[in-house]
Amino acid sequence: MSAPVLELRGLSKAFRVRHGFMGRETREIRAVNDVSLTIGRGEVYGLAGESGSGKSTIARMIMGLTEPTAGTILIDGAPVAHAGQRPVQMVFQNPGASLNPRRTVAQSITVPLAVQGVGAADSAARVAELLEMVELPRHFAGRYPHELSGGQKQRVAIARALATTPKLLILDEPTSALDVSVQAKVMDLLADLGRDLGLTYLFISHDLSLMRNFADRVGILYLGRIVETGTADQVFAAPSHAYSRLLIASVPVMSEDEARARPTIPLIDGEIPTAEALVAHEAKQLSQGSKA
Amino acid sequence: MTDAGPITTLSARQQNWYRFSHNPTALIGTAIVILAVLAAILAPLITPYPEHVGAVVNFRARHTPPSAEFWFGTDNVGRDIFSRCIFGLRVSLTLAAVVLIIAVPVGTTLGLVAGYFGGWTETIIMRITDVALAIPPLVMALAVAAVLTPSLLNAMLAISALWWTWHARLVYSLTRQIRALEYVEAAETLGASKLHILFREILPNCLGPIVVKTSLDAGFVILLGAALSFLGLGIQPPTPDLGTMVADGAQFLPEHWWESLMPGTVILILALGFNLLGDGLRDLFDVSEQ
Repeated sequence: MSAPVLELRGLSKAFRVRHGFMGRETREIRAVNDVSLTIGRGEVYGLAGESGSGKSTIARMIMGLTEPTAGTILIDGAPVAHAGQRPVQMVFQNPGASLNPRRTVAQSITVPLAVQGVGAADSAARVAELLEMVELPRHFAGRYPHELSGGQKQRVAIARALATTPKLLILDEPTSALDVSVQAKVMDLLADLGRDLGLTYLFISHDLSLMRNFADRVGILYLGRIVETGTADQVFAAPSHAYSRLLIASVPVMSEDEARARPTIPLIDGEIPTAEALVAHEAKQLSQGSKA
Repeated sequence: MTDAGPITTLSARQQNWYRFSHNPTALIGTAIVILAVLAAILAPLITPYPEHVGAVVNFRARHTPPSAEFWFGTDNVGRDIFSRCIFGLRVSLTLAAVVLIIAVPVGTTLGLVAGYFGGWTETIIMRITDVALAIPPLVMALAVAAVLTPSLLNAMLAISALWWTWHARLVYSLTRQIRALEYVEAAETLGASKLHILFREILPNCLGPIVVKTSLDAGFVILLGAALSFLGLGIQPPTPDLGTMVADGAQFLPEHWWESLMPGTVILILALGFNLLGDGLRDLFDVSEQ
């Protein structure tokens, strides 16, 4: 197997939170705690977890928008510098916010091309090519974001992310801001592009049914730790961690096959683990950790 | 994913023009500003007595009340006040234009830099801004005129030296809001340069409020300039200036009322025009930015 496109080794991020009288006491909130994972070329890695589990913080660290507290990020086997351009692109959650309202579609897509020193004539041709790739008509190049629907905006954002032919494309909840009918179309487009262009995806979502269909391998993130990892089929059929069992058991099922494949929660003796109990347990561990 | 079909929709530009052209305030303001600028440029061609601009004396016609011959009457040496008011527009408009051409770009750039980079850059720029904001422009202009010589140039420099602070504040607060938005982060991850992010991503989203503020400012600067020349610290005679004319006419009040009232009214209408235009633009941007 060739070197993985992305490798995270012991990646951690702690935020300091002030509390107590006059904010004198500080407590560390470990948003991401010792996360290690590898993503091979052409693979779709799904990172699932509820809000606050550290999914977006991991994405921001890979992008270089947030400094990790500890750990290394390796791209193509080489550690990335703290600053500087990375061969990674990201499709943001809300296409309404990730496109500048005062810039046309062509102007937005041209930004990464200009950075790479592509001339005006070549860049116009490339914009047309990229629009075709994301199945938008060419004349959309002159439109402003407010003239487009949510799905169309997200397609533009995808085109912009693809402009630099990134080694890894991070999809941070790319469809959660879209209508369900549009979601499916955007996911289909991403799957097609991934196949045709041999893209490597880090797909971040809280939507497990979407992840089951889209990801090759899945990591389940809980309170900043990866509690479960494996191929999508393995994880969904036989989750080993109590939290992933809870999460997966709560996914609505569409067919009898899926219903049979669904794990039942009381697989261990004793009380059914609840999210509250787990949170309390983890919080206790964290507070002990920070005192030590 | 397809086109809108046979229903034609107005472009954003057309919608904005529709709203602007149906806003009486904005239209009156625009009309006043355009008329004033045209009158100032074409002053030698449209005024009945262009020679009255200089040190002309016409004692036979002194203190003539407004008439068909002298629309705004004549002053204490018999010069046509209407002609002098039209030429006086040149001074007022030049003052406003020069002050804003200096202050707006300087203030905008400093505000962008302080708002985007934060940290020490922000502290230094914004503290200087706070100090400068504490000095009233009129007092600054008086001080500069007292130290240097009273002239239009010195008045312009004194006002510009303080006026940028308002724009720095405005753009700073806008930049603080905009830099947290995803499209700025997206541009950062795409590797765009700081220059690109400041002037291509953030600045276009600040333009609405900047344009509105600049238009309102033009009115204030004209009033300030008039106040300075009323105090004798602006442009020096015999060049006609609206503020100076009000001051000169004041000694002949109330019987020769037109000598102060006419140039005073011109100042009022000019300042009002810029304010109405600014208000109209604000209404326009308030809607289109929702």
